[in-house]
Amino acid sequence: MLLEMEHITITAGQRNILKDFFLTIEEKEFVALVGASGSGKSILAHSIIGIIPENVICSGTIKYKGFILTEEKKATLLGNEIVLIPQNTSYLDPLMKVGIQVAKGKKDKKSLEKVKNLFKKYHMEESVVYKYPFMLSGGMTRRVFISSALMETPKLVIADEPTPGLHKKMAQQVVSHFREMADMGAGVLMITHDLDLAISTADKIVVLYNGEIMEVAKAINFQSQDTLYHYYTKELWKSMPKNGFYHSPIQQTSIEGCPFAHYCQKAKKECTINKIPYFVKGESIVKCLFIGGEKQCY
Amino acid sequence: MIKYILKNGIRMVLLIIAISIAAFFLMTISPIDPLQTNIGQTALGIMSQEQIEQLQNYWGTNKNVVERYLEWIKDFISGNMGISLLYRQPVYDVIVQRLLNSIWILLASWLLSGILGVTFGIIAGIKEGSILDSIIKDIAILFSSTPIFWFALIVLMIFAVWLKWFPIGFSVPIGVMVENVSLFDKIHHAILPTFVLSVAGMPNIILHTRERMISVLKSDYILFAKALGKTKKQIVWQHGLRNVVLPAITLQFASISEIFSGSILAEQVFSYPGLGQIAVTAGLGGDMPLLLAVVVICACFVCGGNFLADIIYHIIDPRIQLKGKEI
Repeated sequence: MLLEMEHITITAGQRNILKDFFLTIEEKEFVALVGASGSGKSILAHSIIGIIPENVICSGTIKYKGFILTEEKKATLLGNEIVLIPQNTSYLDPLMKVGIQVAKGKKDKKSLEKVKNLFKKYHMEESVVYKYPFMLSGGMTRRVFISSALMETPKLVIADEPTPGLHKKMAQQVVSHFREMADMGAGVLMITHDLDLAISTADKIVVLYNGEIMEVAKAINFQSQDTLYHYYTKELWKSMPKNGFYHSPIQQTSIEGCPFAHYCQKAKKECTINKIPYFVKGESIVKCLFIGGEKQCY
Repeated sequence: MIKYILKNGIRMVLLIIAISIAAFFLMTISPIDPLQTNIGQTALGIMSQEQIEQLQNYWGTNKNVVERYLEWIKDFISGNMGISLLYRQPVYDVIVQRLLNSIWILLASWLLSGILGVTFGIIAGIKEGSILDSIIKDIAILFSSTPIFWFALIVLMIFAVWLKWFPIGFSVPIGVMVENVSLFDKIHHAILPTFVLSVAGMPNIILHTRERMISVLKSDYILFAKALGKTKKQIVWQHGLRNVVLPAITLQFASISEIFSGSILAEQVFSYPGLGQIAVTAGLGGDMPLLLAVVVICACFVCGGNFLADIIYHIIDPRIQLKGKEI
């Protein structure tokens, strides 16, 4: 197993951003983490890398290749084996030439040559090396980030919302590069709110709602509503344009138990009272009492 | 770029002309009567009306204000700044002599406050929240709220009166012939005023640089640098300095005006015969030609500083530099 995360709880002050989160990524696996804005996706990506703000506390265990990911370990792995693909241009130093940033500040001929080759691979001119971030288009910025990830041979790629602001074709192209990385042997975690894109490229999809996992399912299961189990996942599926563009009237509630107990037709009294455990059905993991599968100890 | 320099240059010249107009008209409406200050109250009293009129015609004081201004500015530009009443010398000579005294103090304190200010600011910013940071920050806040003349007096009292390390004033030793004054003497006399001016100029730069460093270190690109596995040292050297020093340079050029206004007070306390002191003397003594010249010369320096700040920012910031070129 490449990456194992267990009992991850992230709090900022009094607020729980992420509750009892779990995730496994294998080599060659492309996992998409899907959730609405504010569901705690980005902070999760940052917590793996260890770049969360000081007032945010992250507890739980993160294992990389079976060993706990300590600060010392991160120092040697970050930028080599574990790479981050950030969201937008603000993650590039505005006053440093792009190529030199991709080469991690090195200016020697060999490093720049490597950058140029990578840029060429991703259809960018050599001159981009000497450009400043403000001169790049949105698509170019993403390709620059991908190039920076491929300066070494990454084993774990974490892409934090890599597609907003790109038109569909460009977004698909960017995501296809992640697919390539996964096929080359890396584990990929893509954080996105574009469910359609996730379904078309990822192997496994983790659905997050309000800081909690609702369902973990194979991407194939999203082909039809029947292979999805959780109420929220079904609603999400129905909200996709090709599946009817249905808008479900969900309001966040602060009750114990399932947040959808008011809407779900199967809901019983115990849905509103107790903490809902996770159940395994087939290859899916679902936070719902009515799956009838095996109870998971998460 | 050339177009930009020209545009700003013209704007600067217009501003200086506007300042000279304002200064000239302010002085004409001041209670100082040029005739009376030139020849004295008693002499004016015993003069006949014809004599007074002759003098008025001779000096042109009976012409209207606009005419007088135009004549003055025409002469001023050609180098004839009039005769100083107090010094009985051409204003030009007085100014040049004083400027030569002042310029080294101004330059040294400008450089010192800039270099030390940025350095301390960067250190405090990197170590945000540490004891070192709060010491630097607190001292900077303390000094930014300290009146410069008061601080100059304290420095004078401690280092010149009590410890006797430095002379209590003037730019050269008292009772020594001009040709016997050594370079050491001159430097020795300039140290305290320079020190006071540097310290007075520093707090702004320290606080600005510190704030800037903190916000840079919290920016997204620093997060990404961390995600690339860069060490804190690498991050500060590669990204921090670059993003902090650029605005600091601009700030430093724009702060020339502060050093100038500070020098007026500091030189007064140290009786240092510089441009700042002469401004006070000319103002109090009703020496109009000298005061006007000082005002215009200082305005030139201050506007020049701001102008340079603009230009330099354009040269060193690639984002502005490349605007308009092919992107």
